[in-house]
Amino acid sequence: MLWYIGRRLLQVIPVFLGATLLLYGLVFLRPGDPVAALGGERGLSPAAELAIREAYHLDQPFLMQYLYFLKGVFTFDMGVTFTGRPVVEVIAQAFPVTFQLALMAIVIETVFGIGFGLWAGVRKGKLFDSTVLLWSLVLISVPTFVIGFVMQAVVGVQLGWLPITAGRDPDFISLLMPAIVLATTSFAYILRLTRTSVVENITADFVRTARAKGLPRDKVMSRHVLRNSLIPVVTFIGIDLGNLMAGSIVTEGIFNINGVGGTLYQAIIRGENVTVVSLATVLVIVYIFANLLVDVFYAVLDPRIRYA
Amino acid sequence: MPENRYEKTPRPGQEHFVAPPEVVKVGVIDAVDTSETPSSLWSDAWRDMRHRALFWVSAALIVFVILMAVFPGLFTSTSPTECHLEDSLGGPTAGHIFGFDKQGCDIYARAVYGARASVTVGILSTLFVVVIGTLIGAIAGYFGGLLDTLLSRFTDIFFAVPFVLAAIVIMSLLDDRNAVVVAVVLAVFGWTSIARITRGAVLGVKNNEFVTAAKALGMGRGAILGKHVLPNSAAPIIVYATVALGTFIVAEATLSFLGIGLPTSTVSWGGDLAKAQTSIRVAPEIMIYPATALALTVLSFIMMGDVVRDALDPKARKR
Repeated sequence: MLWYIGRRLLQVIPVFLGATLLLYGLVFLRPGDPVAALGGERGLSPAAELAIREAYHLDQPFLMQYLYFLKGVFTFDMGVTFTGRPVVEVIAQAFPVTFQLALMAIVIETVFGIGFGLWAGVRKGKLFDSTVLLWSLVLISVPTFVIGFVMQAVVGVQLGWLPITAGRDPDFISLLMPAIVLATTSFAYILRLTRTSVVENITADFVRTARAKGLPRDKVMSRHVLRNSLIPVVTFIGIDLGNLMAGSIVTEGIFNINGVGGTLYQAIIRGENVTVVSLATVLVIVYIFANLLVDVFYAVLDPRIRYA
Repeated sequence: MPENRYEKTPRPGQEHFVAPPEVVKVGVIDAVDTSETPSSLWSDAWRDMRHRALFWVSAALIVFVILMAVFPGLFTSTSPTECHLEDSLGGPTAGHIFGFDKQGCDIYARAVYGARASVTVGILSTLFVVVIGTLIGAIAGYFGGLLDTLLSRFTDIFFAVPFVLAAIVIMSLLDDRNAVVVAVVLAVFGWTSIARITRGAVLGVKNNEFVTAAKALGMGRGAILGKHVLPNSAAPIIVYATVALGTFIVAEATLSFLGIGLPTSTVSWGGDLAKAQTSIRVAPEIMIYPATALALTVLSFIMMGDVVRDALDPKARKR
């Protein structure tokens, strides 16, 4: 087990370095000089320009600048945004909301996804099954922002059941609609995944054995069918964190939530490239480590992974 | 045991009768009927698919959307960029069945012309992704060893970055945007799944007897990979590519919606949706048309992928 975790940790290092280098390098491909732009039309005095370049290590070669950036990431010093606020402060303020939203979305998508998937898998080929399968495809096909608008227009404006936007310090109720919107696509994937594995497992030998030895039907379902069908779902949730992050940019943007995604959305709209890149890098780092966690958890669940 | 038990004299009633070769012609039993066409994976799949309504529905939708992308003039004679502000948010009238948007443009014409942007980006990025992914995955899987390790770790790096997130970063840094740029950016981080799928499929195929036979007959490694291994690994790649086409269209719409996809001068469903958002409270119906067009297009590709997968999977067919 420890051996597995150690090996997995070692694998993270090149992935982390490669991914951050890739994103960091992209900023340098951009034409234009941010320091010259700072001076506006009149331009900076050479001394001031030199001072700024030295302060931000812009006089160093690319690789050195990248190392300074890495040092900043590990010492929680990521510079300031265009408005002068430290990026770390922005993230620290924005993260709890995003975390709450993502958590709500994950709970919604897993509970309903597994529920519907199990139900459809048990009734394979019946009307319920084919209806649910078709609707899951429709949900996958509709972009998140369209689902968001439709929910806003129908549930928010016409029915008036839930608030349309969340705003500052959102509570559970105002985050409910964004969480549902964020969860829809993944809900459809989890549903299909669960259904497929339930259909496969229900005819497996160990389920027949369990039935043959007289185990009640609901116990067969919960202990044998469901538990074995959950393994691919757990892996999916790990991969899905990436979708949740990209999705949260759109969802937090249209619901006006001050999370990481919402801040990123505002930065994209205003064209603040540097903020976009640093926030996206934070998201990528979170994603890489969340995946590491899921992999370890997965190894705890499934001994075949540990010893592979 | 001293005696050979097969040479024992059989007990009464247990004697076997084996017909001599003159009576039963072994050659006739073993002969393969060559008059019938051999059933291949694809012909079996085709036989299965053509009985499914979903296949025909999605095929018809795909043909319809592609026609719309190539010849939008067939569907409407109104120009999508000829807008009159006095028509702003106007309801449906004769010749303008869906009405007008905020700028007074004909919604139906914009929905028709928007197909081109989505289909172009979708097909181009799928093409790029298939080429890069198949190449890297096939080389890693077929040659193995250090090359496999290096290529797999290289794939891991790109896999670690969610591709929509990466596309958002890159696109926000670019000033000159068009359909090809969007397709390339989506492909740069989107090829990893195909590479992994191809690698897995190639690993499964490369130890088959027909590959060994080709090797024994003196065929070169590259030729074996191209003529025997890749064609036999194509099924999962094609299935994934069909579904990926749909996801790329969604990604393009998301980028255009954020204002960092196609330029606003290009008519696209994502861009129209972003514009419709501003008048969602007064005229939510404007949003319905580009959204439906987008969803139906993506749905048709995803449904097609689903049908093809079912048809190619012998396990699913038997059940």
